[in-house]
Amino acid sequence: MIHYNKFTLANGLRVIVHEDHTTPMAVINVLYDVGARDENPEQTGFAHLFEHLMFGGSINIPEYDEPLQMAGGENNAYTTSDLTNYYIQLPAENIETGFWLESDRMLSLAFEDKSLDVQRKVVSEEFKEHYINKPYGDVWHKMRELAYAKHPYRWMTIGKELSHIENAKLEDVKAFFFKYYRPINAILSVGGNVTVEQVKTLAEKWFGDIPSGEKYNRNLPVEPPQTAAHKLEVKANVPLDALYKCYHMYARTDKRYYAADLISDILGGGSSSRLHQVLVKEKKLFSNIDCYHFGSLDAGLLTIEGKLVKGVKMKDAEKAVQQELEKLQGEIITERELQKVKNRVESLLAFEDMSLLNRANNLAFYELLGDAELMNKEFENYEVVTAAEIHEEAKLLFDENNSNTIYYYAAN
Amino acid sequence: MNRTIPPPIKDAVEFDITLKPYEKFTLDNGIPVYVMKSDEQETVQLELVFPAGSWYESESLEAAATNFLMKNGTGKHTAQEINESVDYYGAYLNRNAYHENATYTLHCLTKHTEVLLPIMQEVVLDPAFPEDELSLYKQNQKQKLAVNLLKCDFVANRFIDKYLFGEFHPYGRVSSMEAYDALQTEGLRAFYKKHYNYNNCKIFVAGNLPPNVIPLLNKYFGSTQWNGESNLIKLDLPVQSAEEKKFRIFNDENGVQGAVRLARQFPNRYHPDFPKMLILNTIFGGYFGSRLMSNIREEKGYTYGIYSQIYNFRQISAINIQTEAGRDVCEATIDEVYKELLRLQNEPIPKEELDLVRNYMIGSILGDLDGAFQLIQRWKNLILNDLDENYFYNNIQTIKTITAEELQRLAKQYYSPGDFYELVVI
Repeated sequence: MIHYNKFTLANGLRVIVHEDHTTPMAVINVLYDVGARDENPEQTGFAHLFEHLMFGGSINIPEYDEPLQMAGGENNAYTTSDLTNYYIQLPAENIETGFWLESDRMLSLAFEDKSLDVQRKVVSEEFKEHYINKPYGDVWHKMRELAYAKHPYRWMTIGKELSHIENAKLEDVKAFFFKYYRPINAILSVGGNVTVEQVKTLAEKWFGDIPSGEKYNRNLPVEPPQTAAHKLEVKANVPLDALYKCYHMYARTDKRYYAADLISDILGGGSSSRLHQVLVKEKKLFSNIDCYHFGSLDAGLLTIEGKLVKGVKMKDAEKAVQQELEKLQGEIITERELQKVKNRVESLLAFEDMSLLNRANNLAFYELLGDAELMNKEFENYEVVTAAEIHEEAKLLFDENNSNTIYYYAAN
Repeated sequence: MNRTIPPPIKDAVEFDITLKPYEKFTLDNGIPVYVMKSDEQETVQLELVFPAGSWYESESLEAAATNFLMKNGTGKHTAQEINESVDYYGAYLNRNAYHENATYTLHCLTKHTEVLLPIMQEVVLDPAFPEDELSLYKQNQKQKLAVNLLKCDFVANRFIDKYLFGEFHPYGRVSSMEAYDALQTEGLRAFYKKHYNYNNCKIFVAGNLPPNVIPLLNKYFGSTQWNGESNLIKLDLPVQSAEEKKFRIFNDENGVQGAVRLARQFPNRYHPDFPKMLILNTIFGGYFGSRLMSNIREEKGYTYGIYSQIYNFRQISAINIQTEAGRDVCEATIDEVYKELLRLQNEPIPKEELDLVRNYMIGSILGDLDGAFQLIQRWKNLILNDLDENYFYNNIQTIKTITAEELQRLAKQYYSPGDFYELVVI
């Protein structure tokens, strides 16, 4: 049970406070309700590039990092398809430094050409490091385009192509900022050795006078149900053949999300999971195989990916995967196996909650989902899933017409 | 309100950092147990540490393979049965082999500790090393290696350690297809017998522990002289570093980035310059605001990130600067690294920068000491290196008091470009 208090400033900024007096530290987490899915298809990668620019100085403070480090603090940020999240950890005595820095960059950035010039290059190198210069690094570009026809999940957070980042202009940056980075579209979550009263005072003082901005009402293209299997063959300079299969699942707030999440754990969670046990250990067709999804807010992809043992034929490997999926569609799982995956969720949530930073971050995330209180109800959502529901969902999910497959072949 | 004026801060030197002491117990057979309790969360971490790292190998990869395969089948249960039991309780039974030590670590909810300990006991005391598990391990590790060998950063890390320490030293030895092929179950069994013994085991536990945790540990690990006594002698091994200093390697003709490494040997943590160099290293390349990041990422945009680290190896350490930079700016990156080294040799660090780094480092240590798992980690590092809390407090004192003159002296001694190995792997 995570305790917290919640209030909203007059400008619409939602504030969550999680007191924890066992630590000398404090964390400040600012979540903006904008991610790569909100981008213009001709300017992909923008939300993430923008995240970099948030460190390039704000309207009254030329350097973001220096004063924070001077106060003994550390920070970072990440962008996903759904949201952008910034976080700070620092000694609780110096928490006001965090409020000062975060509020000033919410008020306005400095918008300097130099910062944009450099960060375009930095992000290009990030793009190369993670997606071009790595074996199999391009597979998610291809998979997203294969699986999504309309929804903006069809491009990656880093961007569809390098040129979109290289062509970014300062006026686009400004427009993006004033559309999305407003108090009305943000959630501030503060945790650690602080009090609610203290946070109220500091939030009013530093964030209270920032213009509210206009509420961003998301109206994204809806992905139509997939009606035929999609397949793609790729040949690349990699040493091993690999198989990727993705199935459209449910939005994060859909009740059926929890059954699908448990299915991914039955198939791919831990060394005792079905895919690992049967396909790696018993049949020796794959050297590794996983099943996972990204927990995205709109309907995401349940993914199975594995590397084939040298000499194994792709169609034999795929057939064996198929058999495991059919097993899940055919037979109801035992109560013990269901209990196992629920126990795994319970444990995972407990270990996640150990870190103050995770707790503050998750409170903001669940508030974005609709209510911070959802964080405390999360395990119940898993507990109520039945074996019969798993059975039903497996039938729907693993329908051949809902499948997207990439056969990734070693070129030599 | 004037937003250009920063709020007042409390300075690092004013923070009074204390390292919360552990409790120590001794099991009936003499195994020491170091305990850090907390009652905040319902979680437990329980770690067994053995002198079973690659240092002690007579055949390459023996330590890692032994450590990995202990969990894959015991006298009573198959790998699958063991995995099933651990997973059923949502627990994690992880294993790792490092240069000096190897570990088995259990993470679980407090309420499941008692039922999981017998499984952990079986894995540590009664591994079977089945033939088929070894052959599967070899096959899958070789496949993984084949993929990794295409990555410039992976390849660069192998080469740079070889230049620093020589391929026959455990710090410079690397995996290979041939070494995997040569692994035999008899070798692993012998390695296991010699290195996983009651008399060289240490146990570290942390978290919200069951009240009977010590009796439980006694029951499963403390009652017998399992695997008998083993007296290991650990001597320093000869280091054979490369003569040549500059290397350029083409691993992938189509690579769009190069992995850049600049490295030199450095004394180990027992040398008086070591804690001081941790500070100079932070300034140079150890945090986001470092000289290297400010210049090469934030000013030039050559890379997504560039860092300098000091290895925590026991016999001998090294300074290693690493980055992945655009293919056409690798050489320019190296030039800039040298410029930054020379700048630290030639100009004293400005007071403001030094104050900032003091505060940053103290804040970071304060954050690292948050929670029982982190605290036991900190103690473990001291205990396994035969150090005590004085070492920790001395380091803090050094951060608070070191002068710019002293740092410049260190730069002159250790930051001469000519002393560094230079490697680019594209």
